[in-house]
Amino acid sequence: MADAPFGLLAELTHRCPLQCGYCSNPLELVKREDELSTEEWFSVFDQARALGVLQVHLSGGEPLGRKDLPELVSHANSLGCYVNLVTSGLGLTAPRLADLVSRGVDHVQLSVQDADAAGADRIAGVRAHHHKLVAADLVREIGIPLTVNVVLHRRNLDNVAGLIALAERMGAQRLELANTQYYGWALRNRAALLPTKEQLAAADPVVAAAQERLRGTMEIVYVIADYHEAHPKPCMYGWGARQLTVAPNGDVLPCPAATVIADLEIDNVRDERLADIWHDSGSFTAYRGTDWMRDPCRGCARKEIDFGGCRCQAFQLTGDAANTDPVCSLSPLRSTVDLVLATEMSPAVVPVLAPRR
Amino acid sequence: MTPDAVPRVRMGVRASYDQVRESHVVLFPEGVLVLNDTAAAVVDLCDGRTSVAGIAAKLAADFDGVDLQDVADLVDRLVARRVVDLDG
Repeated sequence: MADAPFGLLAELTHRCPLQCGYCSNPLELVKREDELSTEEWFSVFDQARALGVLQVHLSGGEPLGRKDLPELVSHANSLGCYVNLVTSGLGLTAPRLADLVSRGVDHVQLSVQDADAAGADRIAGVRAHHHKLVAADLVREIGIPLTVNVVLHRRNLDNVAGLIALAERMGAQRLELANTQYYGWALRNRAALLPTKEQLAAADPVVAAAQERLRGTMEIVYVIADYHEAHPKPCMYGWGARQLTVAPNGDVLPCPAATVIADLEIDNVRDERLADIWHDSGSFTAYRGTDWMRDPCRGCARKEIDFGGCRCQAFQLTGDAANTDPVCSLSPLRSTVDLVLATEMSPAVVPVLAPRR
Repeated sequence: MTPDAVPRVRMGVRASYDQVRESHVVLFPEGVLVLNDTAAAVVDLCDGRTSVAGIAAKLAADFDGVDLQDVADLVDRLVARRVVDLDG
């Protein structure tokens, strides 16, 4: 039997006040009327805890868009789960945060789009940046840990020093600098987002120096730009190994992007028990462990390090989710990624960044 | 780290007991650590008042074969995982 999961990513809604063109939500967003009810989420949390989940990440879209968020926080907390609120900060007021913290929010993860308001608001598509400064102040004043999350791409990577300084001013304990991963809206906008090799080479030492300088005060987690790397990311630390995602409509996903794998049969909490889905469903067992691997993964010394990379990326770029992630230098299909870099990294005509809708 | 260093559980870190795994755990923004009984006792004593040497002395009352270096190594690992901070 598979080990129990530690984390549940609860995507409460796909509704969001921001329109970031790198959003990892699927192109086909779940509509409000199809979202799980309060009672259904309670049942998901009950089943997740019974299965072994200890961390509940309340995410979206924007979780503050759910009117029942306070009740959902109370319920997850009553089960003994650590509750992480993943938010854009829009709609987070002092009384609202005080209520959520009193009900059991343990940690806030706040997204930031760029180092200054003009750049950030251009990416978000709305005037959002000043709300984030306020939200960070509120979290700091109430005294729970703050993680700042920044998605990096061609339009903000040159500002990485300013982004680090901003996270310091915000009082973050932790800063995630995550290069864009190309799924959903980000894949659609890839030619507008892919950074150049020069941008990455300039950012790397800035990040490394800040990691050293801030050791012990602010942890900086740097997520690589995998198209530019020789080895793939260790996606989800193994398929169906540590965490599961429940989408706004109750679809249960081994990874948040898994709906892109067209031939993966997705089960739903409205039809099946969560434990049965985790342990026995076709979707969770498809790529669990290493038995599904082909060459070159099967004989690779790194197969327990990066687990063959990302199944969703293998599907999107090669048409078969059981292939080696093509960003891997050992993949026979690495040329597909090199072609993307050659044509999209510095396109002759830069396409418009299509806002998420 | 010296035996005089005083570890303190960081803000936002919660020690708990998981009925499903029948284990002590610590929950924190980055994840979950599953602890054995000794490690759970050490985390309990990371109260911002007790030194590493003091923790080892208190543990010796409850457990056999407590070694100061083992306690220091465990506290080092907890610092690396951002579960505790060190004062002094």
